[in-house]
Amino acid sequence: MIRSMLFIPGNSPAMLQNADIHRADAIILDLEDAVSPDQKDAARILVRNAVRTLGFSGCRLIIRVNPIDTPYCALDVSSVVPLKPDMIMPTKVSGPQTVKDMSHLVAQAEAACGLAEGTVGLIPLLETCEGIENAYAIAKADPRVRALFLGAEDLTSDMRAKRTKAGGEIGYSRGRIVMAARAAGVEVYDTPFTDVNDEEGILQDVALAKSLGFTGKAAISPRHVEAINRAFSPTPEEIAYAQEVLEIIEEARRMGKGAIALRGKMIDKPIVDRAKYVLEMARMLGGKPE
Amino acid sequence: MSKLCDSLRQAMERAGLKDGMTLSFHHHLRNGDHVLNMVLEEAARMGVKDLTVQASSLFDVHAPLIGHIQRGVVTGIETDYMGGVLGKAVSQGLLDRPVVFRSHGGRPAAIESGRVHIDIAFIAAPTADCQGNLNGVYGPAACGSLGYAFSDARCAGKVVAVTDNLVPYPASPASIDETLVDYVVRVDCIGDPQGIVSGTTRITRDPVGLRIAQYAAQVIEHSGLLKDGFSFQTGAGGASLAVTQYLRPIMKQMGIKGGFGLGGITGYLVDMLEEGYFEQLLDVQCFDLRAVQSIRDNPRHQEISAMRYASPTAKSAAVDNLDVVILGATQIDDHFNVNVHTDSSGQIMGGAGGHSDTAAGAKLTMIVAPLFRARLPIVVDQVLAVSTPGDTVDVLVTQRGIAVNPAKPQLKAQLEQAGLPVYPIQELREMAQRLTGVPQPVPRGDRVVGLVEYRDGRIIDEIYQIP
Repeated sequence: MIRSMLFIPGNSPAMLQNADIHRADAIILDLEDAVSPDQKDAARILVRNAVRTLGFSGCRLIIRVNPIDTPYCALDVSSVVPLKPDMIMPTKVSGPQTVKDMSHLVAQAEAACGLAEGTVGLIPLLETCEGIENAYAIAKADPRVRALFLGAEDLTSDMRAKRTKAGGEIGYSRGRIVMAARAAGVEVYDTPFTDVNDEEGILQDVALAKSLGFTGKAAISPRHVEAINRAFSPTPEEIAYAQEVLEIIEEARRMGKGAIALRGKMIDKPIVDRAKYVLEMARMLGGKPE
Repeated sequence: MSKLCDSLRQAMERAGLKDGMTLSFHHHLRNGDHVLNMVLEEAARMGVKDLTVQASSLFDVHAPLIGHIQRGVVTGIETDYMGGVLGKAVSQGLLDRPVVFRSHGGRPAAIESGRVHIDIAFIAAPTADCQGNLNGVYGPAACGSLGYAFSDARCAGKVVAVTDNLVPYPASPASIDETLVDYVVRVDCIGDPQGIVSGTTRITRDPVGLRIAQYAAQVIEHSGLLKDGFSFQTGAGGASLAVTQYLRPIMKQMGIKGGFGLGGITGYLVDMLEEGYFEQLLDVQCFDLRAVQSIRDNPRHQEISAMRYASPTAKSAAVDNLDVVILGATQIDDHFNVNVHTDSSGQIMGGAGGHSDTAAGAKLTMIVAPLFRARLPIVVDQVLAVSTPGDTVDVLVTQRGIAVNPAKPQLKAQLEQAGLPVYPIQELREMAQRLTGVPQPVPRGDRVVGLVEYRDGRIIDEIYQIP
């Protein structure tokens, strides 16, 4: 269950050594934008050593690699697959072929280090207009794809739109990527909120992402993790209501009733499904801190 | 005869300055202080030698002391804290006599008992009148409390007030009053406001510091001490101050009304006073302008002397009524002994200040520190200097876990029950060493350059020269 994903620059020893203390459900070790071209080799080595030494066992591990059309991508993939990350994040993914090519690279690396094929998943980063339009095809391109990830900074540049805190310019993209991911049966993650000092802004942005159907959200600051975890966790009230729903459905079944109401509202299948989802989330989080 | 002198030189002559004397200074003007340098410069011009500086703290602004020591004007230093510039020179063997380090409570106790004699106390006074009624709340160098100067004023052979804000008699309030002051001298400027108090004290934004502070607030929450009348002290830096940020909502949620906040006071504690989280603030030193304004205007924000703050020989002291204190460390060892005198290489860069006093007095003494700084673990086999003995330290909080002194099994059980990540301190050390490796032993010279005098007068450790 991943609610929050925290970006950690792959070239920062100080941040890497504390990457897993911030209660993020996943960390994204970044070999791409956070690392300048002359630091790519060093970051790759640093990330490899950090994962081997620190383990990061308390959270899921995602590694963001350089775009497939750069000279860095193949080396990134062959270096990080042996670390057995949960997912690799391919960048600038604009169509299904990129996913297939990445999957092939990952498969080669898995074979080279003796991992079973399919061990490492993919979470494609959609940050181009073409990528957004191809979201469903990308999600369905390969069984390794476990989630889609929206990257709004490069996307708005590609759109020639101004990036704003309110996010009106990415409203369509958010809706489209959620729809595509849900249709394809994979998870979907929202772009980070980039003003690390705007404590109200992160709350609003995370509430919006939750309301649109995202599974969770990325953060570029550890200070945003708590807000994300809280928003994407079921509240005690939601859990209590879900339990009531399942109890009353069970009662209806015992009484042989086809339909039943809870406090005047008919309980139908979507409500039951939602209740089951809420309880499953609560079970998976199992007291995990916000 | 008028107490008012025409010049600092005249005041020093009238006070009978001569070779071999002990001169005292308070540190309320912190890194903006001009008075200590001014007095020693004049003493040097007068040809006086072999002085001992008895200061409640010394900062980098006091670097000219190095020259005075090299020329024999000053041959001894006794202080509660020493900044890195002077600390480096002392660690390299600047002085023939070791520096005597006391605590903020031990110093006034030693002075008031007569064990330490001050010949002349030079009291930087942000406001004074011609008879020597002094306060720190008005004037261009306003610093708030003058708490560290009280014992000096009471016990010194002669007391010279040095001010840049001479007001008509009687100055009000009179933190230190005319019955204690021999001479008053006006100078152009006693201190640089930029170095005296920061405009605002800001809570750290360092995510590691914030993580530590969150854990620290949770330790307080589950310590059993957070109830009505709760009393609290925290430092102004790093993660310490951030604890207040996380403690506030916990106190609000639990409906706790605190008793008093103590110590060096920041705007954050002032906010908590004004918002009703605490009934009183007891202030021996103001850290920022909000605190200075508050101590001036709010009768529930009291100025207290260092004696009342922390003395082990007073009939009672505020630290003995303290529930929780949050403190820092440069090193902490397997036995919870804490070093705040030197850095990891053994070079002097601090001092106990109120560390060992509050640790001895508080019901819960919590050290907050990252598990490692740069490549060096904070938890070590043995600290390079014992500033605060481990039997007065209860908990270490790091970003990767919490260690509880084995002498507090009940507290350990409470924290484990609350789901906090509690480890033996040795395991935290090993955790750090797995990342950093085991550091090479620090080489040290043969000569002792500093003595750590505990608050009760015992020498508990020696600090060695750096080779």
